[in-house]
Amino acid sequence: MTDPSFTMIENGQSHEIPATTDATLRLATEPVLEALGWTQKPEGLCQGDVCIPIAGRPDLITSQGIDLLGLGDVLGRPIAIDREESVASFGAETAAHGAQLAEGFAPDFTLPDLTGKEYSLSGFKGKKVLLIAYASW
Amino acid sequence: MWQALYEELADRGFVPITIALDESADAVRPYIEKAAPGHPSLIDTEHVVAHRYGMINVPTVVWIDEAGKIVRPNTAEYGTDTFLEFHGRESGPFLDAVRAWVKTGEIHADDTVPSVMPPPTEDEELARAEWALAWFLHQRGSSEAAARHFDLAGELSPDDWTIRRGSMPIRGQNPMGPEFFELFKDWEARGKQSYASMAANRRS
Repeated sequence: MTDPSFTMIENGQSHEIPATTDATLRLATEPVLEALGWTQKPEGLCQGDVCIPIAGRPDLITSQGIDLLGLGDVLGRPIAIDREESVASFGAETAAHGAQLAEGFAPDFTLPDLTGKEYSLSGFKGKKVLLIAYASW
Repeated sequence: MWQALYEELADRGFVPITIALDESADAVRPYIEKAAPGHPSLIDTEHVVAHRYGMINVPTVVWIDEAGKIVRPNTAEYGTDTFLEFHGRESGPFLDAVRAWVKTGEIHADDTVPSVMPPPTEDEELARAEWALAWFLHQRGSSEAAARHFDLAGELSPDDWTIRRGSMPIRGQNPMGPEFFELFKDWEARGKQSYASMAANRRS
């Protein structure tokens, strides 16, 4: 059975992608890889200079699409899924995220103030920044 | 809260950036308008900063230098002593430490400050993915499905207050009520995890 579309959420963006939901949840391969910034090559799944071999996973990509959970495993990213609601949400690449933080790289972000004006952390290079997260809860 | 410090140190290249992890701009608007900050005071309803920095509670303070490097990792620090009796962390020494950093580049830290940013666990990262899913469902009006995923996120990462307490206003629950004290007792029972304990326990 093919669902007309499945919503894939990644890095604050949502993408509508055709899906096949049998025992294995599969989404259309090319839009998924494009949304995540990966390309399929003979070497495997590639991004920039990095290629991850997938020859040992013959069922990862079939004519029905790409196995979503299998892809998460290959990329080292957790995925939260709600089949009934047809939504999947990608978490960060756990190992790389940890390494980035441990090395002291401050992740960039872009957020609005109350007026809607947007600010990025990278716009404050050259300043000493005190980043304070708080909440009324 | 940070405006006075900003005015004092702005001409030395210092800028506080506050990040509200509230569920809407309206929820935090009265507080920001009262503070009338001249520094950036940003709204993070989707918890982007909390997720990227591996934050698990508020307040969380990070020092980032001119080159964009984290020089003092995630720590619970306060700009005033309003709730000192509850948390025991004085604001005076912290504000002096910020002054020393800005004026001389020194970084003052104690045992409460982790030596490095704690690397997130797989469960914490999955919990954050569940949070993003729940938030999407909530915005779409699928409240029951959203609640299921907020619950899942909380089970995966029980010491992440930004999830369990942070989801309460979204779900129409009172974050100041009895549930808060239950969360607090759970946190104590599990060993009072802090950023320092996370960094110490996750050393590779």
